[in-house]
Amino acid sequence: MTAPADLNYTRDHEWVRLQGDIATIGITDHAQEELSDVVFVELPDLGDIEKASPTAVVESVKAASDIYAPISGEIIEVNTELVVDPAKINTDPYGTGWIFKIRVSSPDQVNGLMDAGSYTSMVS
Amino acid sequence: MSEILKLSPLDQEHRDLGGRLVPFAGWEMPVMYSSIIDEHRAVREGCGVFDISHMGQVFVSGSGAGTWLNRLLTNDVAALEDGNAHYTFLLNEQGGVIDDLILYRLEENRYLLVVNASCVDQDVAWLEEQLEDGITLENESAEWAGLAVQGPKAPEVYTAITEGRTLPTRNGVDDIQFEGHRLVVCRTGYTGEDGFELFCPARDAVRWWKALMAENVKPCGLGSRDSLRLEMCYPLNGSDLSPLRTPLEAGLGFFVSFGKEDFTGSEVLKRQKEEGCAERLMAIKMTERAAPPRPGYTVLDQDGKALSALTSGGLSPSLGEGIAMAYLPVDQVKINTPVFIEVRGRKIPAKVVKKPFYQK
Repeated sequence: MTAPADLNYTRDHEWVRLQGDIATIGITDHAQEELSDVVFVELPDLGDIEKASPTAVVESVKAASDIYAPISGEIIEVNTELVVDPAKINTDPYGTGWIFKIRVSSPDQVNGLMDAGSYTSMVS
Repeated sequence: MSEILKLSPLDQEHRDLGGRLVPFAGWEMPVMYSSIIDEHRAVREGCGVFDISHMGQVFVSGSGAGTWLNRLLTNDVAALEDGNAHYTFLLNEQGGVIDDLILYRLEENRYLLVVNASCVDQDVAWLEEQLEDGITLENESAEWAGLAVQGPKAPEVYTAITEGRTLPTRNGVDDIQFEGHRLVVCRTGYTGEDGFELFCPARDAVRWWKALMAENVKPCGLGSRDSLRLEMCYPLNGSDLSPLRTPLEAGLGFFVSFGKEDFTGSEVLKRQKEEGCAERLMAIKMTERAAPPRPGYTVLDQDGKALSALTSGGLSPSLGEGIAMAYLPVDQVKINTPVFIEVRGRKIPAKVVKKPFYQK
């Protein structure tokens, strides 16, 4: 299980990479290990999103899992590559397996999220 | 409510291999080790092993055991020869399915029933209620372990782990001693592949498991067992079969003998055979890339009217498509009829197809 130090994390096993006012969001290595084979990703529509609302759905062979917006703002981009290759979430969860990007309403929202150390101790 | 889950004699093996253990029919069993898709493929292309120690073993013996069983089960017990097995149903008086099981004729007046884990207690209770003098019923489920070894390479694996023995023919059963220990080997399975099911005393389970691992047989969990059987349209009791549905509605009339004497539920089945079933368990395939269909999702007709709910569903690892089964009205739905499956409020196009989904 890896958890890069430059990211922030949620209790729901999402990661957030904040660059300026753009947050890129995906699910953690631990989450993809738990889900195993990801076979489908339902991507959100572009537009405003409230923190903690169900936003995307990641489906493994066995189950569907909701992905919640870790932060409020506006969804400005979704990873359409996942439509053809949802397994990118398994093979590269912090890179090409990203799910959506939010233009955050206020960047200090990440202060409420966990750092890599806290997340690692939560799941271990 | 908490429940004490039973542990397989292979529990430690599963943990050592990183198996993901989940509650299933009162047992804690592995749903997968690392990937359902990889495990599924191993069975289709090579060889995989499933721990089926949760399944029940009930021995029936005594003079007239065959005749007695023939009045309780749908398939014709009299047609079974020594060392042969068939798939059959235990029905209630209304013709509904209590359990689907494999009946093995070990020898004259000695039979083995291998039943679903969730059904052992009710099957035994039901059989005991109808017990007759001279028939002995022994529920040995707790004493036996089971391994289902499945895949095109299964016959050679069997030869390798038994110092050169060969498998019985399809649906055959060998009740043998190996190294002084009892071993019941059946050429049966639930995956659509060649293979065998091996039943042994629980204390021998680890020995056989390790022999299979030494032959590089892939450990497989309940997840791939489900996707493999669904590709073949084999029913799962409690999902596709229920006490409210008959084998004819489930499209499994092949395993019901109408030529033999009456059996529990046969009145209802005969009537249904003459009049036809209003609904049948049908195979449905999604026709565009979408979220996998799941049990409980609604099936809609072309006008958007709900027809029923999926009894099984999932992504077919072999086909890469969403596949499912549901009881659908025969007067409205036939092979190739377009339908929709509702996924989170969206109508996904699908169509009714011939069974099974997967063919070699």
